[in-house]
Amino acid sequence: MTSAADTAAMRLPRATDRSLAVAAVAMIACLIAAPFVLYPVFLMKALCFAVFACAFNLLIGYGGLLSFGHALYFGWASYLAAYAAKSWGLPPELAILIGTATAAMLGVIAGAIAIRRQGIYFAMITLALAQMMYLVALRVKLTGGEDGIQDVPRGHLFGTFDLNNETTMYVFVLVVVLAAFFLIYRIINSPFGEVLKAIRENEQRAVSLGYRTDRYKLIAFVLSAALAGLAGSLKTIVFQLASLTDVDWTMSGEVVLMTLVGGLGTVFGPVVGAFFIVAMENYLAPFGQWVLVIQGAIFVVCVLVFRRGIIGELAHWLRVRL
Amino acid sequence: MFEIFGIPSQALFAQLLLGLINGSFYALLSLGLAVIFGMLNIINFTHGAQYMMGAFTAYMLLRYFGIGYWAALVIVPILIGATGIVIERLFLQRLRKLDHLYGLLLTFGLALIIEGLFRNYYGSSGQPYDMPDALRGGHNLGFMFLPNYRAWVIAFSLVVCFGTWFLIERTRLGSYLRAATENPTLVRAFGINVPRMVTLTYGFGVGLAGLAGVMAAPIYNVSPQMGSDVIIVVFAVVVIGGMGSILGAILTGFALGIVEGLTKVFFPEASNTVIFVIMVIVLFIRPAGLFGRSV
Repeated sequence: MTSAADTAAMRLPRATDRSLAVAAVAMIACLIAAPFVLYPVFLMKALCFAVFACAFNLLIGYGGLLSFGHALYFGWASYLAAYAAKSWGLPPELAILIGTATAAMLGVIAGAIAIRRQGIYFAMITLALAQMMYLVALRVKLTGGEDGIQDVPRGHLFGTFDLNNETTMYVFVLVVVLAAFFLIYRIINSPFGEVLKAIRENEQRAVSLGYRTDRYKLIAFVLSAALAGLAGSLKTIVFQLASLTDVDWTMSGEVVLMTLVGGLGTVFGPVVGAFFIVAMENYLAPFGQWVLVIQGAIFVVCVLVFRRGIIGELAHWLRVRL
Repeated sequence: MFEIFGIPSQALFAQLLLGLINGSFYALLSLGLAVIFGMLNIINFTHGAQYMMGAFTAYMLLRYFGIGYWAALVIVPILIGATGIVIERLFLQRLRKLDHLYGLLLTFGLALIIEGLFRNYYGSSGQPYDMPDALRGGHNLGFMFLPNYRAWVIAFSLVVCFGTWFLIERTRLGSYLRAATENPTLVRAFGINVPRMVTLTYGFGVGLAGLAGVMAAPIYNVSPQMGSDVIIVVFAVVVIGGMGSILGAILTGFALGIVEGLTKVFFPEASNTVIFVIMVIVLFIRPAGLFGRSV
């Protein structure tokens, strides 16, 4: 029984794949051309935040879990990566691995605690856990307290590529970011990702179908935390700095904002949102505290009239999946 | 002077008192959050900012208009409550049919706007606020020195907390409120204007935050970030207590304040993280919170 609807359903995935592929090629082309036009440092910052936002989006966009404490993984990963690179003198690739592993471990612990509640409580618990670890960061010696860890060496990648060269650094960041982006895309479209979406839509139903939803949620949480940690470690190597700003609750808010602006639950939204917010902060830096006010205003506007976000609106308008 | 567990009693009681003071604020703020959550199903992230606005309004009334503490205690909650009503009508009302998380995001945005504005005009340093003359000084109770203002804060917040409890649990108005929490459509069918009740509830909850702000002004420095400092702790308090019960919110607030004070005596390094640790323990033993119904 092959009706018109069936063939349409068969064709549809291929059509959406094409729109995603076109968007991916466009994005990669832009990122390769960008350093000739824009400052590499700005681009690298935006790219690190893009990974951070994509990691966050994995949780809210596909698992329906709003974490308000993602700075915990981003910040602590950056501390550990900085410590490994500076105090232990490890090469950058190992420092980044250590940072990512730290974030994954913290994700296991925080995730196991937070998934015991849903919805609003989940958001409050993640926020509280992040604040607790912020206070710990303020006290322990490893983080350097108020000073943070400064002058982290960029080092030589695999012992050969000198990352002090801006172009080499940019290429390295670009490769890592694209790999992370592709990984997230694969996760979303795997059977695991489908179950995650099912849990987001109706958890009781997923349970009744025999899925142990807590495990799926925990795995999603750990993946998201680890990728946020990757972003944080990468950022530390690029900027040679790990500080309290990275673990502060405002950082958790910022990543929520990036994802919201770009489009919750879209593939490319978090990347666009990260570039938008980082560009805005760069541009508004001389205006001091107004940045906070404008961020708040963007939150309010997005929630009230722009809930699909930039990419969500674009996809809706073009009738494709982006 | 005597000792308890090797700690001088003076130090112990002083920290207990400080804990009770903090507990009063936790109780007032988590009470407001619980009242708002009951009616609007929204976690009011702006609560901390509104508490800060309360303290700043008291400061501004004194500085620019010469209006003192006692008048501020009445005027400020009304003013802050009024701004809450405006916020509810302008923004929150539009979110009623959406996922509750959008309410959290919107109120978070509002908190950023308010804090940013105050930081612009007042910087991040604190402004002093003198305590009223009538409450200066203190009494020596023999085992400890009790400053009058602190005694007043504890007593008055107890009165406000239990007044709110009485209003919601024991009066006709409160019964409408509780009924509307359970089933708004049915209550509307009985001819009660539920949307207006929701608006007023938000105004009331926010007014409580403003009142807490006035009471805090003479104790803590009045600074733009005083709200964001306290709100995350209050969230942990709310997770521990569960938002199902008014009395639960009050008791948890005071109890955790005392626990925090005691930790400061026996294990000072952990004093500002102890509430979060308790939250983790409670989540493992009773995920719904001590007084909560499971969600």
